[in-house]
Amino acid sequence: MNKIISKEHFSENVVKLEVEAPLIARSRKAGHFVIVRVGEKGERVPLTIAGADIQKGTITLVIQAVGKSSKKICSLNVGDYITDLVGPLGQATHIEKVGTVVCAGGGVGVAPLLPIVEAFHKAGNRVIVILAARTKELVILEKQMKENADEVIIMTDDGSYGEKGLVTNGIEKVIAREKVDLCVTIGPAIMMKFVSALTKKYDIPTVASLNTIMVDGTGMCGACRISVGGKTRFVCVDGPEFDAHQVDFDELLMRLNAYKGIENK
Amino acid sequence: MTTSELIAARRSEPWREELRKRKKNKERTAIPRVQMNELDPEYRSHTRLEEVNLGLTKEQAMLEAQRCLDCPTPTCMDGCPVGINIPTFIKNIERGEFLEAAKVLKETSALPAVCGRVCPQEKQCESKCIHIKMGKPAVAIGYLERFAADFERESGQISIPEIKQKNNIKIAVVGSGPAGLSFAGDMAKRGYDITVFEALHEIGGVLKYGIPEFRLPNHIVDVEIDSLRKMGVTFITNCIVGKTISYSDLHNNGFRGIFVASGAGLPNFMNIPGENLVGVMSSNEYLTRVNLMDAANPNADTPIYKGKRVAVIGGGNTAMDSVRTALRLGAEQAIIVYRRSEEEMPARIEEIKHAKEEGVQFLTLHNPIEYIGDEQGHVRQMKLQKMALGEPDASGRRRPVPTGEEETIDIDEVIVSIGVSPNPLIPRAFDGLGISSKGTIIVNEATNQSTISDVFAGGDIVRGGATVILAMGDGRKAAAAMDDFLKSSL
Repeated sequence: MNKIISKEHFSENVVKLEVEAPLIARSRKAGHFVIVRVGEKGERVPLTIAGADIQKGTITLVIQAVGKSSKKICSLNVGDYITDLVGPLGQATHIEKVGTVVCAGGGVGVAPLLPIVEAFHKAGNRVIVILAARTKELVILEKQMKENADEVIIMTDDGSYGEKGLVTNGIEKVIAREKVDLCVTIGPAIMMKFVSALTKKYDIPTVASLNTIMVDGTGMCGACRISVGGKTRFVCVDGPEFDAHQVDFDELLMRLNAYKGIENK
Repeated sequence: MTTSELIAARRSEPWREELRKRKKNKERTAIPRVQMNELDPEYRSHTRLEEVNLGLTKEQAMLEAQRCLDCPTPTCMDGCPVGINIPTFIKNIERGEFLEAAKVLKETSALPAVCGRVCPQEKQCESKCIHIKMGKPAVAIGYLERFAADFERESGQISIPEIKQKNNIKIAVVGSGPAGLSFAGDMAKRGYDITVFEALHEIGGVLKYGIPEFRLPNHIVDVEIDSLRKMGVTFITNCIVGKTISYSDLHNNGFRGIFVASGAGLPNFMNIPGENLVGVMSSNEYLTRVNLMDAANPNADTPIYKGKRVAVIGGGNTAMDSVRTALRLGAEQAIIVYRRSEEEMPARIEEIKHAKEEGVQFLTLHNPIEYIGDEQGHVRQMKLQKMALGEPDASGRRRPVPTGEEETIDIDEVIVSIGVSPNPLIPRAFDGLGISSKGTIIVNEATNQSTISDVFAGGDIVRGGATVILAMGDGRKAAAAMDDFLKSSL
């Protein structure tokens, strides 16, 4: 049982929770995820960690209410408990000094991107962040990103904030003006697919952090399997980050929809 | 006292001598072997939670116990990985002292009600029974074990094994499956302070996520776990050693020994086209959804496919558990697809028999070579290669060879049950731990000690995929060896 210490609404459907988890706060690194379960009949859901405070013994999770389980998590309030929380899981982001790193986040994927931005910046890289959202209200963590990056470019679909356009337009703008050594992307699978296609064209090494369906999250069930370079890999233990240019995004998109229709019944 | 001295001493107790004289061996061997009471196959194939085997009545158990000849050198015991004192518990059943029988089981087994249900006795204790040598069916040791354990549980008078004086030495156990629980029980009896760390939200490992309710109800596992709690064992869920806490964290917190029983991990797939289609999954995923997450319960949040034509690939116990689960979730056709013939199937004969009675179809000498999906990426068909049996392979079983003939059948769900690879978490997290090319932890066969002196290991993380009872045997062996190791290093 893990207590919720604070709750903030980023938008109507996007919630930030600060949760008591002293052991995870101490052992987690950028890129790690946790499995969360709410209620005795709850589902095990993977969530990438958005931050941690070792002194307070807390981790931060940012959740978008889309399905039954994420809505349940978002409905929790300060003082409530998460029934089960386990982690940190997966491989941490490989951080090194490579030069210029473009970090492209979309939707709630921006939240787990923050610790990666922090880590690359600390390692001495020039970090350019591209935050993409449908509209102004959905742009999150702009201030925190600005504190940890050399530049933050904001893209909105409707042009209500920052520049009008998709995340890929923002990346292309950076590529046009300077050399990019690495791209890191987290967001909806379809967004990462297009980011990957773009950077492949320019031959820029790209890492995508994938969020798949999981049951145990500890390397047992294989629900999270995807094809990377034609080989089956397990996101929970081999990932969640992979060479985006090798990921079969179409298969990933298909597998993400596996339980659509069943869940809503 | 050595084991053989203990066997002899118990055998010469006056009540045992008297009991042996009551009936001649000829009369004992003339009694036919008891038949397990079972639920009706048609009924049970639609009921998800009711246990198939109903157990023996008192009368049946006492009569079956008479079949045991109380051999002076009980070879059955050699066949038991945890060394249960078999004749002593059976003779207690014969004289009606059922609680006493249960106590005997608990001397060496932390999970008698589990073993009485899922052990392959026909390959172990029962295969060494004197009756077999006489060309007769073995004493139903497994049924009797289950009877004694169930009787004790249902009586409410559950005995807790004797605990030696506490020595306050802290020991960590990684994983709460059969190996971990067996180790924990034995070490607690020796007076150690045991903490079991479990990655999942439930205690029990494969006993909870893997084996279905109709073969091993969860509440029976919980009672056995509760006995361990009463013996002073502490359980911590949602904690992954090597991730949440490290090897050095355990040391810094005063743990003097670690037993790694982290179990099976990554499910094996065949790497054939279409294997990542929606509706194709591992038996680990399928069974975990149904058993651990209760996904077939309408009140549970975890979703599950309820395929109408379900193919299960494999011929082991896990394949049988999966295919029988599929039937219970409403499959119109549940098919075992196995590349060898039925004779080579590793599943227990009882499981195969139960599956057939319930209406499972067996498509042997067939091997999938491709899955074909629809526009949504959902599996709809499977292409099968017909096989024939060739020369025996390394396992001694005849090798399946492709005939070149193919067949395509309609299916809407595939459960791949062709084994697992060891869980990679611990091997990746402990520096200096010797790991085999298969990913298993390398241990000394006699002691289960790893290349790190205070780390012992057992169960599937060492064996790569075996049975509950072999895992329990490892736990017992490792407990004895760690006890010796810690005493000698004091």
